[in-house]
Amino acid sequence: MPRLQSAAELEKYRAQILAGRNPAKPCIAVCAGAACDGMDSAAVAAAFVAAGAPLGDKIEVRTTGCHGYCEKGPNVVVTPGDICYFEVQPADVPEIIAATLKGEVVERLVYHDPNTGAKAVHMNEVPFYKHQTRLLIGDNPKIDPMRIDDYLAVGGYAALVKALSEMTPDQVLDEVKKANLRGRGGGGFPAGSKWETTKNAPEKIKYVIVNGHEGESAAFMDRAMLTGNPHKILEGLIIGAYAIGAQKGFMYTRHDMPLLEKHVRNALAQAKEYGLLGENILGSGFSFDVELHFDVGIFVSGESSALMRSIEGNPPEPRPKYIRTSVSGIWDKPSNLNNVETWANVPQIISKGAEWFTSIGSEKSKGTKLISLSGNVVNSGVVEVPMGTPLRTLVFDIGGGVRDGKTLKAIHFGGAMGGSIPADLIDAPLDFDGMSKLGAPIGAGGLLLMDEDTDMVEVARYLMDFLTKESCGKCVPCREGMKQMLQILTRITEGKGQQGDLERLEDLIQVTGVASLCALGKTSGDPLKSMFRYFKPEYEARIAAGSGEPK
Amino acid sequence: MTDIVLNIDGKEVKAKAGMTVLEAAQQAGIYIPTLCHHEKLEAFGGCRLCMVEVESRGWTSYVVSCLYPVAKDIVVRTRSPKVDNIRKVLIEELLAHAPDAPELVKMAEEYGSDRNRFAREASFCVLCGLCVRYCDEVKQKNAVSFFDNGSVRQIAFVPEVAKKECWECQECFALCPTSYAQAAYLLTEALAFPGQRKTPAKSAKDLALKSRMIPITPVAM
Ligand SMILES: Cc1cc2nc3c(=O)[nH]c(=O)nc-3n(C[C@H](O)[C@H](O)[C@H](O)COP(=O)(O)O)c2cc1C
Ligand code: SF4
Ligand code: SF4
Ligand code: FES
Ligand code: FES
Repeated sequence: MPRLQSAAELEKYRAQILAGRNPAKPCIAVCAGAACDGMDSAAVAAAFVAAGAPLGDKIEVRTTGCHGYCEKGPNVVVTPGDICYFEVQPADVPEIIAATLKGEVVERLVYHDPNTGAKAVHMNEVPFYKHQTRLLIGDNPKIDPMRIDDYLAVGGYAALVKALSEMTPDQVLDEVKKANLRGRGGGGFPAGSKWETTKNAPEKIKYVIVNGHEGESAAFMDRAMLTGNPHKILEGLIIGAYAIGAQKGFMYTRHDMPLLEKHVRNALAQAKEYGLLGENILGSGFSFDVELHFDVGIFVSGESSALMRSIEGNPPEPRPKYIRTSVSGIWDKPSNLNNVETWANVPQIISKGAEWFTSIGSEKSKGTKLISLSGNVVNSGVVEVPMGTPLRTLVFDIGGGVRDGKTLKAIHFGGAMGGSIPADLIDAPLDFDGMSKLGAPIGAGGLLLMDEDTDMVEVARYLMDFLTKESCGKCVPCREGMKQMLQILTRITEGKGQQGDLERLEDLIQVTGVASLCALGKTSGDPLKSMFRYFKPEYEARIAAGSGEPK
Repeated sequence: MTDIVLNIDGKEVKAKAGMTVLEAAQQAGIYIPTLCHHEKLEAFGGCRLCMVEVESRGWTSYVVSCLYPVAKDIVVRTRSPKVDNIRKVLIEELLAHAPDAPELVKMAEEYGSDRNRFAREASFCVLCGLCVRYCDEVKQKNAVSFFDNGSVRQIAFVPEVAKKECWECQECFALCPTSYAQAAYLLTEALAFPGQRKTPAKSAKDLALKSRMIPITPVAM
């Protein structure tokens, strides 16, 4: 493939791809995402490939990233019609192929409502999918992440073409600011103002970075996006670099996911080959390159300054200086860091405009949010809904409620730096500020359902245990404060609580929260704070009883 | 060249741009406790004992003075009920490791810390990093380093380097607020390269001289 020299050449090439594809030709998309892969979707894909090969061009088989409904993997979607088959085994393959060739449906493999037995064949009828707005993850079943042409076929890189050929960097920045895109990595900080800070910083050399570390426990949507549709994030990053005036980008991601690494490496190489990265991108005069970096496997390496030190080749310790990384980051150059999902939102904002984007979501939180659903939920998986969606929709309509007919006790958001709210707050809308006020900030979007049997002291102990291992250990309030909190919580769960434990914990939460160097320590007491707000009697009873059984 | 005026504990203090609040305070004879700070080393921000209250444009925040840059018209309070409580608890946490370290015992008196408040884990090292950073930044030998993260972080001598460098130097021993550095070295020596010293041990007087050359506590009032 020769490098594409201009926007027009890219559009011509896209037209060629589309002309070569027949939308009526059946395509079988087999999910190879992490969850389905764990259920040996590879064997299913291999069976489809083997059975499809002798059929020549009558049928196409595609392996893709996560479709979303991980609970029911291995997942298979057949187009046209988006027919969803669940829990597909290699033995089911001949039947699916035969039915597909005849334009029929294998009834026994489609969705059946667990209560009524009612069938749902097409994606937009399956309860898990039909309450979602899948602007970001919706393309996953349509794309083989190893093929840039698949991304181009769904309109990929059209936003980059628009930005480079019709907009100035300032106009791009303006659009993102108007869209009020807020960071998806935990803080909800407006991306546009961060971009602007880096753009306006005096240094000429600037960097843009994708935070794909995703260390938050119970969060798995960033890897679903990055593995399933790497070009979308890359396109967002290139557009951001153009707006900010950065010459170089970094993708910082997990070291422990071979498929993710393979897809991202391949995407970078293909983008370069096509002329979407490197010198003089699409003849626009704008040059930009991206380097891939891997994390060191502790949670704190996702923190902005620790991540940047890690990219420099140093241990991932947060930097204690009082200066923002957007002004002085990697090698003291202005460095703009955004989360995977934040970058993934950029192309559609440029293609469809800020006005369209702000029409989705709640008053202060715009667009959709990817949520990882897990815990005691019927349907675990990656979900995408407009901001402002009531938690009830997420938990019951999409999630199918609590497993094993149990009742809901609490909803936990944001992993070890998040919080738990009781079931009676289920009508709260999914919103950055609203959820923070309730004490369960969305964080990166890991939603954990907890049923009636959940021991809230144990939950806090578990999360604290996680953090004591995942902090860097540099500063006293975090390292020592968490160690002491963990010891006290462990004692309480062992039925050896003492008078004064709650006061000790409250003192530690307060001091650790104010005095710690980075946000890991500062927010490490947040789960516990939410417990004291909503579940304090459970702690008191546990300490008073002095026994291992909750009252 | 004094170009910034700020207020520390009700006193107008003049400082140069680029100075930290700690430096400005020390210059004005105002004492702020520190543990991980050393004037020859890059600021670390680890112990958090030097935390002060800063009021700026109506906002109150808590910052470590060894890193926070001076700014025009900020109001700094080196003591307040909240600041004192932070120090009290931090000292209690440190005493769990080194209950008899003189510096800590002295501070505990000042801030009313209870040395028995938290579960003991007498590991003696408080991970201030003075030994590690001194060996790195001043001696450029890296004979002692941090290992591991989080709650299991520790310092350790690297035998291959320690064998060659430490006995002749020993400068970090005097910096250590808990005397763990020396103990850790001797243990490393006993385990990794026993009986290989080339010169006799330094006298107490030698060490004291060295430690005076590298003061660790800021000039008090
Ligand atoms: C301990 C810690 C871990 C973090 N881990 C991540 C992470 O895995 N992914 C991420 O995007 N942001 C993470 N963050 C937030 C980042 O520091 C940063 O705010 C974010 O990447 C900025 O992107 P955004 O504005 O697009 O959200 C973490 C923060 C802390 C304090
Ligand atoms: S708060 Fe915790 S993770 Fe952050 S710098 Fe301090 S010890 Fe490291
Ligand atoms: S050995 Fe001493 S100087 Fe070194 S980190 Fe531990 S307490 Fe600090
Ligand atoms: S991994 Fe297959 S649906 Fe999520
Ligand atoms: S002296 Fe400032 S943090 Fe230790």
